[in-house]
Amino acid sequence: MTERSRKRLFAVSGTVLFGLFSYAALNLPAWGDYRGPYGNFISNLAVYERHATDTVNAINYDYRGFDTLGEEFILFTAVVGVMMLLRRERGTRTKPLSQSGKLQDQPTLGVAVRATNIPAMILTIIFGFYIGLHGQLTPGGGFQAGVILASALFFIYLAENTDAFQRLTSHTAVEVIESVGAGAYALIGLAPLCFGLPLLTNALPLGKTGDIFSSGNIALISATVGVEVTAAFLLVMYTYLQEIITGEIPDD
Amino acid sequence: MHQLFQHLPYFVAAWLFCCGLYGLITSRDLVHSVMCLAVLQSSTYVLLLAIGFRKGGAAPIFADWLSPGQLTVDPVVQALMLTDVVVEAVVVALLLAMVVKAHEKAGCTSPDDLRTMRQ
Amino acid sequence: MMMVIGTGILLLLAVAGARVVTTRDTTEQVITLGFYGLLTALMFFFFQAPDVALSQITVGAVALPLMIMLAISRMRVRDALKKKGQEHD
Repeated sequence: MTERSRKRLFAVSGTVLFGLFSYAALNLPAWGDYRGPYGNFISNLAVYERHATDTVNAINYDYRGFDTLGEEFILFTAVVGVMMLLRRERGTRTKPLSQSGKLQDQPTLGVAVRATNIPAMILTIIFGFYIGLHGQLTPGGGFQAGVILASALFFIYLAENTDAFQRLTSHTAVEVIESVGAGAYALIGLAPLCFGLPLLTNALPLGKTGDIFSSGNIALISATVGVEVTAAFLLVMYTYLQEIITGEIPDD
Repeated sequence: MHQLFQHLPYFVAAWLFCCGLYGLITSRDLVHSVMCLAVLQSSTYVLLLAIGFRKGGAAPIFADWLSPGQLTVDPVVQALMLTDVVVEAVVVALLLAMVVKAHEKAGCTSPDDLRTMRQ
Repeated sequence: MMMVIGTGILLLLAVAGARVVTTRDTTEQVITLGFYGLLTALMFFFFQAPDVALSQITVGAVALPLMIMLAISRMRVRDALKKKGQEHD
C-alpha cells in the first residue's frame, strides 16, 4: 500500500473510531463524579489494616502484590531480551572504532563540570534512597527509587570518560544483583506458604503507623523491587552503549 | 457544549489515541514509530485517571494532615497506572533493541526499505 | 477554579501530543517527547496522583529519552563507521 492510500484509509477509519468513542464516552458519568465502591473501601481501611499511610503502594505491594510480582518479571524478561538481542557472539573478531582504540578519546571534561556533577550525583543517590525507604509512608517506593538511582549512576558517564562507566556496569555482579532482587520478591511471597498461609501474606509485624519500619512486607518488597529496577536499567544502558564504551565493534 | 466540558478527558484520550495511530501509520523511520507508540500508551493514562477522579478529593496519602474517612480520589486506579508506566518503559526498551538489530543487519531504519529488503 | 486549570492542561496535552507525532526528525522528537512526559506528569499532579507523577517523571522524562538517545547514537556510530569504511575503499 502506498503512503497516500494508507493516509486516506486512516482518515476514514480514524474518524469512525473517534466518532464511536465519543458517542460511547458521552454515556459515561461526568468528569469528577466518582461512583465506584472500591476506592472508598481502600481509603477507609488501608491505614488500619496495614499501618501504611500510602494507600497506592499498599495496594501495589500488598493487596495486589501478585500483579506487581508479574510486573517485576516483565521487567526482568525484557532486560534479558534486550541483552540477548544485542549481545556479541563469542569468538567474533572486533575492530577498534578509531585509530587510537577508543571512540571518545578526548580528555575528561573540565574541572567545573566534574565539580557540579559529582555533588549532583551524590544528592541524587541520597534522594533515591530516601524515596525508596519511605515507600509506605509518602509517594515513592521501590520502582521510582530504582530509576532515580540508575539515572544517578549515569552521571558518571556524563562527567568522567566512558572508562569509569564501563568499570562500574560491565561486571556480572550487576546481573547477579538484578536476579537477586527479582528472586527475593518471589521468595518473600513463597515463604508464607511454608506456614500454611496464602501466597504473599503480610505476616511480618506491622509496627506503628508513620514509622519507617512499619507495614510489614511492604517495605521489604519495596526494597527488593528498588534493587532489581536499578540493576535492570543499568544493564539496559550498558547494553545500548556497549560498542561505544568498549571502543570496538564486531567485524561483520 | 456543557456536555463537552464535562467529558473532556475522554475526548482528549481519544484524540491522543488517534494521533499516535496516525503517527504509527505514516512514519518513515522506525524510531519515530516507537515514540508514537509512547504517545499511544499515554492516552490510556488520561482515560484511567479521568475515571478515578473525584471533584474535591485529595490525594490518597494519609501522611500529614489527611485522616482516613475524608474525601479522596480512587487509589486502585493509580496502582494500575504504576504498572502501566513500567510497562511503557519496558516495551520501548525492547522495541528499540529490535530496531538497533534491524539497523545492524539492513543498514537503514525506514519501514518501506526494510520491507522491500526481504525479497 | 481547579477544573479550569485542569481543562487548560488537558488541551495543552492534546496539542503537545499532536506535535510529538508530527515531528519527523528523531532527535528533535526525543526532546518533544521529554516535554510531553513532563506535561503528563503535571496532569497527574492535577489529578491528585503524586505516586504516578513521580513514576512518570522518572520514566518519561529521564529514562525514556535517555534510552532512545542511546539507541540513536549507537546507530549513528555504525553509520559513520560504515561511511568511513566505504570512503577508504
